[in-house]
Parts: sequence; structure tokens; C-alpha cells
Amino acid sequence: MKRHAFLLATGYWLLATFFMTIEHIHTQLAAGETTAREVVGAAVDHAEALNETLGAFLQIDREGALGRVAEVDGADVGDDETAGALRGVPVAIKDNICVRGLQTSCGSRILGAYQPPYNATVIDRLQQAGAIIIGKTNCDEFAMGSSNENSAFRPVRNPWDTARVPGGSSGGSAAAVAARIVPVALGSDTGGSVRQPAALCGIVGVKPTYGRVSRYGLVAFGSSLDQVGVFATNIRDAATTLEVIAGRDSRDATTADVPVPNYTAELNGDIKGARIGVVREMFGEGLHEDVRTNVEAAIEAYRELGAEIVDVELPRAKYAIAVYYIIATAEASANLARYDGVRYGFRAEESGTLQEMYRRTRDEGFGAEVKRRIMLGTYVLSSGYYDAYYLKAQQVRTLIREDFSRAFAKCDALLTPTAPTPAFLLGEKLDDPLAMYLNDIYTVTANLAGIPGLSIPCGLSHGHLPIGLQLLGNYWDESRLFRLAHAYESAHPFDALPPIVAKPKR
Amino acid sequence: MPITESDITKLAALAQLEITDEERRALTPQLAAIVAYVEQLNELDTSAVEPALGGLTDEGERTEVARDDAARPSLGQELALDQAPAPANGHFCVPKVL
Repeated sequence: MKRHAFLLATGYWLLATFFMTIEHIHTQLAAGETTAREVVGAAVDHAEALNETLGAFLQIDREGALGRVAEVDGADVGDDETAGALRGVPVAIKDNICVRGLQTSCGSRILGAYQPPYNATVIDRLQQAGAIIIGKTNCDEFAMGSSNENSAFRPVRNPWDTARVPGGSSGGSAAAVAARIVPVALGSDTGGSVRQPAALCGIVGVKPTYGRVSRYGLVAFGSSLDQVGVFATNIRDAATTLEVIAGRDSRDATTADVPVPNYTAELNGDIKGARIGVVREMFGEGLHEDVRTNVEAAIEAYRELGAEIVDVELPRAKYAIAVYYIIATAEASANLARYDGVRYGFRAEESGTLQEMYRRTRDEGFGAEVKRRIMLGTYVLSSGYYDAYYLKAQQVRTLIREDFSRAFAKCDALLTPTAPTPAFLLGEKLDDPLAMYLNDIYTVTANLAGIPGLSIPCGLSHGHLPIGLQLLGNYWDESRLFRLAHAYESAHPFDALPPIVAKPKR
Repeated sequence: MPITESDITKLAALAQLEITDEERRALTPQLAAIVAYVEQLNELDTSAVEPALGGLTDEGERTEVARDDAARPSLGQELALDQAPAPANGHFCVPKVL
């Protein structure tokens, strides 16, 4: 940790916060104080320098990133409002989102060095806005996990304490932003996989409304739950990025015909009189004491900002984990049936028959957690059990949605902890799958209901680990969530940086 | 109904997974515990509840998604075979079926 000591001693860590925002990059570019080449080059340097320690990246594309820089440095900004919104900004992409010509492994050996022949829609939109992709980030295999320990390649380590997990499944993207390697990264959120790692890594993480962002090119895990999500160091950057990637896509029939607002236009709006709903039941047993203290302090902070705190109930939320692990695994068992060694990816050698090839390819290519979920999903869909489990879960899902409808009649947004504990130790929860699943207890409800949610940092534990608070909003109400989050962020800025952090060049 | 090793064997076959004996032994109590956990949904009376089929919001449901039935350029054979483990004569080659 010599680098760590050097960073603290020189005080560069203060500069790091200031440096890593979109606004700062654009100010410096406009003033001629830097170039996109310098900014992107620095990001690639940092990604490489920190990868042994953090394991955040599965692939770093120096050549491609620096190749694209010339296009961005020379381009005109044009009339489209979002053209240039991310100009010159280095971004990292979770390895379950297709980028043409770069590996998309989904953290799995069954895909390995597979290169998609197409870009995900979100990638096209990022690139049209001038963003430069510097690499693909590590994740739990096929987005299944809450700790990034299920990656087939290596775990990701939390920049706040490398003995601890960054959260998952988008742990690599979270670590990359937390360590200030890039200001913005994309992840995916099926049960909390953007919000929970954002909380454990002390950054902002946003899951949009289901259908807000195209899933074309996002490798499917739970098709009725998945959304591409955004990581950033602050709300404004998250809002800017969501505006770039959001919107209807003819290639994803689940995107909705709802206009994309200008998310950054009303960030500074007054929140006096905003009704913030709190579910008292969520603050009971099982919640880490430091999480409780910090989230309750945040509730008080909202009161001071003029918000009205309202008690609401979500009576069926306690069944959410059970519902989720039936629906998500059922959908996963169908979505992962395509990995069979025929058209791409890994194929088990020397198989006598086609069926032997399928079975050995899949058993050898998939990790333990993926196999566990595929089998659970197969079970709940199988003849004789479908009504008892899958259909039942779909019915309880309706009830959970009704709970949220009733809650949003009484409040504008809900405030909850994002995760029940701060970052836990690597290996701590690996023996008990069910214990690992309970990390999602505050986040899965949003995926089941399809509502948007975000996590912002609200404090540090006694062990100097970040704690996140979650805001959940009504359908399509991301603008309000951003405004509420921005108000808190402005009044209570989270200035702390992790010990492992990229040293800025200026 | 508790999950047995024999159930695991059947599920593995359905899911096209050739699991080892060790995996079978490990998976049985794990799946049994998860299934026991999800049984709690039976506490709720859902006899009059419509199942939520998929994740669409109301706006999503109302979005018109059909397009004209007109052919468009597709991936093409070369790109489609580019990542194949065993391409041959423009086809995906696999071991014999029987």
C-alpha cells in the first residue's frame, strides 16, 4: 500500500474528487487545458495500474479508446441536445453489455472471449454522445450475485478495503467509478446489481423504470426485471448519462413510448413539501447498526430540507426475496438455454453425441451459482410445480405492485437503506446461498414492481466503509428522484475517497 | 415436499447439465433450503389475484411495437459463423445427434 500512503501524503485525493466529473472534464476541454486524448489516456493508465489490486476490468481497450479519441476531438457538436453531452468522457461497461469487437464474457467461461458482432443500443447512444469506452468490467457470472465473487475469472475488491467485496453483480463498474478510474460506468440491475454495489462503494447508482432504457445488447438474465443502470460520482453526472441512454428503441419491444425528460434541467429545484415515505418495518432486525444510524440521520436531513416524512407500509415486501428467486431463476433458466456450445463460446471437447456436448459444455462452462439458479428455475417451471411456485410468485408480484401504488398515493418517493450491511469480507457469505440472497432485501422490490430507484452515499460506518440510502420513485419519475437526491447531496456532500484511488495527472 | 438427490438428477437432465456426484450432493441441501424458504408465499391467499405476466408498466403495455412485415438486412452468414466453435461449409457443425 505504498501508493496509498503516497496519495494521502501528497493530498492528491482532494484533487481526485474535483477531477472526476463530466463538468470538470468539459470545462478543461473547452479552456484548452486538456485534450480528450489526455483524459482518456489517463483513465486507461489508471485502469491498468489498479487492475492487479482491484480486478475491476476484464478487458482494457487502450488501442480502441485512443483510436476513438481523434473522432471526438475533431467532431462538431451539432444540434442534437445530447450530442456531445459525454464528449471526451471515459466510461467503463459491464461485461454483460455487448460492445462490437470487444469481448463480452458475462464473467463466464462459457462465453470467455466471445466477441459480439453488434453494439448494444446503450453503447451506440453513449458513443453518439462522444463517450469513449475504455474497457469491460468484471461482474458476477451472468449478473448472478451480490458480491462479484461469482466471476469465473477473479473477484473484484472494494477500493475502500481490498479484503472486502464491492457488491454485485456490477462490482467491477462500481469499483472503477469509486476508485475514480472513470467518472461514469454502466451496469445492469435485475435485483439490485447497480444500487447495492453503489452503496457498498460509496457512489451513485441508478436503476431506471422498466422499459426506460433499451435492453437490446444487454445479455438477458431476468427479462422482466433487467435494466441497464448507471454509476457516477454525483447525481448530475448520473442524470446526464441516463438522459443519453434512455428512450424508446424499436429493437427492444419492452421499451415504452414515454418521452425522455431533460433530467438535469430541474436538479436544483426546491424540495420543500416533498413527501418522503418511510417504511418502519425496514428498520428492524437484521439491519446493521451503522446503516440504521446513517439512514435515520438522512431522514432527519430531509426533514431539515423541508420534506414531510410520512409513514407508509409495504405489507408484502417481506415476500419479495421469495418472489424474486422464483421469477428471476425461472427466466434465467430460459435465457441461459442458448449457451449450448453450438454457435459461439465454449464447447466441451470430444463429446460423442449432441446431448453429451450440451450437458458437458454447460456443466463445465457455467459456475456453481449459475447452475444452482438454472436448476431452481427449471424446478419452479416444471410440470406439477408451475402453479405452486411460478404462478404463485407472479400473483404475489401483483400484490407487491399494489402495495407500491398505495404507498405512492401517500408520498412522492420512498427512502430506505440500500443494503442491510456495509461491505462484507470476501468469502464471508459464500457458504450459504440464501444468506447471500438476503443482501438484496431492499432492492429487489423495485425490479419486481418495475419502478425506478437510486442509491446515494449517506455516511461511513465505524469501520470507514460507505453506507448508501435508497430512493424509490413512481413509474417514470426519475426527474423527481434526481431532484430529491441532489438536494441531499448538496446539503450533505460525501467527500470521502477510498484508500485505493486513481491519482490524477493535474 | 423436500428436494432429494433423485430430484436433482432429473432437474439436471431437464436443464441439460451433466453434474458430478459431488455437485449433486452439494446442490441437494442448498436447493432444498431455498425451496423451503420460498414456500412462505403460501401464507398469502392469492385466489383472486391476477398474475403479473412480465415486467411491463401500463405505458409499456400501451406502446405499439409491431412493425411492417418487410424483410430487412440481417446478420449474414459470415458474421453468424464468425464465433462458431466448429464452422463447416457455412454451417454450425455439431456431434451426431444419436
